[in-house]
Amino acid sequence: MTALPQLSRKTSQAIAFAILWIVAAAVILPVVAILAVMLLKGGRAIDWHMLTSIDEGLLPAIAGTTLLVVLTAAISAPVGVAAAIYLSEYARASTSVRLIRLAIVNLAGVPSVVYGLFGFALFVTLLQFGRCLLAAACTLAFLVLPLVITASEEALRQVPQRLREASFGLGATRWQTVRRVVLPNALPGIITGMILSIGRAAGETAPILFTGAFISLSKPFPNSPLDPFIALPYKLFVDATEMPGISEATKWGEAVVLVLLVVGLNLAAVLFRARLRRARRW
Amino acid sequence: MRSKVQRGWEWFVSTAIRVSGAMAIVFVILIFIFLLRDAIPVLRTSSVRDLLTGEFWRPTSEPPQFGLLPLLLGSLYVTVGALVISVPLGIGAAAFISEVAPAWVQEILKPAVEMLATIPSVVFGFLGLLLVGPWLAERFNLPLPLFAGLGSLMLGFMAMPTIVSVSEDAIRSVPVALRENSLALGATRWQTIRRIVIPSARSGIIAAVLLGLGRAIGETMTVLMVTGNSAVIPQGLEGFLRPVRTLTATIAGEMGETAYATPHYHALFMIGLILFVITFITNTIADIAVRRSGGLTQ
Repeated sequence: MTALPQLSRKTSQAIAFAILWIVAAAVILPVVAILAVMLLKGGRAIDWHMLTSIDEGLLPAIAGTTLLVVLTAAISAPVGVAAAIYLSEYARASTSVRLIRLAIVNLAGVPSVVYGLFGFALFVTLLQFGRCLLAAACTLAFLVLPLVITASEEALRQVPQRLREASFGLGATRWQTVRRVVLPNALPGIITGMILSIGRAAGETAPILFTGAFISLSKPFPNSPLDPFIALPYKLFVDATEMPGISEATKWGEAVVLVLLVVGLNLAAVLFRARLRRARRW
Repeated sequence: MRSKVQRGWEWFVSTAIRVSGAMAIVFVILIFIFLLRDAIPVLRTSSVRDLLTGEFWRPTSEPPQFGLLPLLLGSLYVTVGALVISVPLGIGAAAFISEVAPAWVQEILKPAVEMLATIPSVVFGFLGLLLVGPWLAERFNLPLPLFAGLGSLMLGFMAMPTIVSVSEDAIRSVPVALRENSLALGATRWQTIRRIVIPSARSGIIAAVLLGLGRAIGETMTVLMVTGNSAVIPQGLEGFLRPVRTLTATIAGEMGETAYATPHYHALFMIGLILFVITFITNTIADIAVRRSGGLTQ
């Protein structure tokens, strides 16, 4: 039997590591390449007219997305931060906490289109909001809630225990300690989490597809939370798949604007957090 | 001394916070109930057997047919294809980042993978539809520019950040002592990674795969835009080169044009319920696996 010569251990390590370098490149380079093509194609299409024109440009979509994410954040923040305060400041390790964490993981895993169905059943039909900004924002608030809770809890936990002990030692109650000591110190971290949630909400399409997004040329801007609206990801989807007569360049431009907005928000959160870490050495 | 008012307020606030704490559980149950409520009525027109084994999804023909088999298989094809791409590459990249890469490469790769996770799915769909699909079809002489495998390819890359970061956490949490013992016995770094580190991180890596699976099966916009959306049962390996239609794409594509409380409407909620149950099971198992891997290393 002529067995293959056994590779020396050093050689097999060299081969394995070379493969891992290639794997790492294969994970990241194709995406970088197509995003670069997108930036090149779309970058040329973006100009002042495209961003600010109501009929031919993105102004209604930019306005709609802005209103949507602000409303989403306003709805999700109180519940999300309160839940995080419970997990970090009030709860002790127990079965109920274990169940809450499992529920958070599962909320994060529900497919976005299923949130859309749920939002349609609860907000659009049962509560009779109709298809509108408010219904879409409520739906997205559910979707970003796990993100808000997780980020806020992390921010709260980073506040050193001795600050709480000092507050208790001065006779403060638990809520007084949370309100006056823990929350102010955790606030920048909580804001970082909110920016990340806004970035997530700004890019979502499926949950708003049948809860409020609608392209209307006669009424480009919502007058109240009970009006339909246009959002950037929704407009990109419609223009790419259904709308006739949209120039190729415009579509690429829309994709670039959306990516820049979402990546920009995430970058802002990351930089904000980095500055925070430098500023605060406990 | 604390006044009565103050104690009353303290009690009120702590109750409100405890209630908010339980909200996550309430919301999961609420989503389940609302899906169930609007899914059940479809059973008046189609039996469970018709739904699960029916080969035709023809919601608008007369009488309508709500066979979910083509959609279930469509989702299965796209998801399995995505995992075939993302599991080996993702775990390899995680091992590379935590064990092999020099510091400067780590500092580029980690944020790059994180940024990858933030790109909206509609953008991946757009790129698949206008760039990757046509390019592949021309380059490899494929019959159609939109097909199941394109969905797998796009989803594979979209599930990558989840798989890479969860596996990387698992690999990093393997105690240094285990590695040192292996190296001290004369094993090379690669032998240590392959025989000691990866097996010890097994639970976390399983969790990573399950979370990636949940991500891929629930992904909607990309799949809606790139898989061609034809509700036919895919056949064999060639099925990857033909159009399919997934569970998620069916909901996203048809919900807007469906009249309220029709059998079609209820059938779409049944699909939503099935997706909810599938992701609930995978996420729960993944969560248990993550906890187990955490428990091992502490």
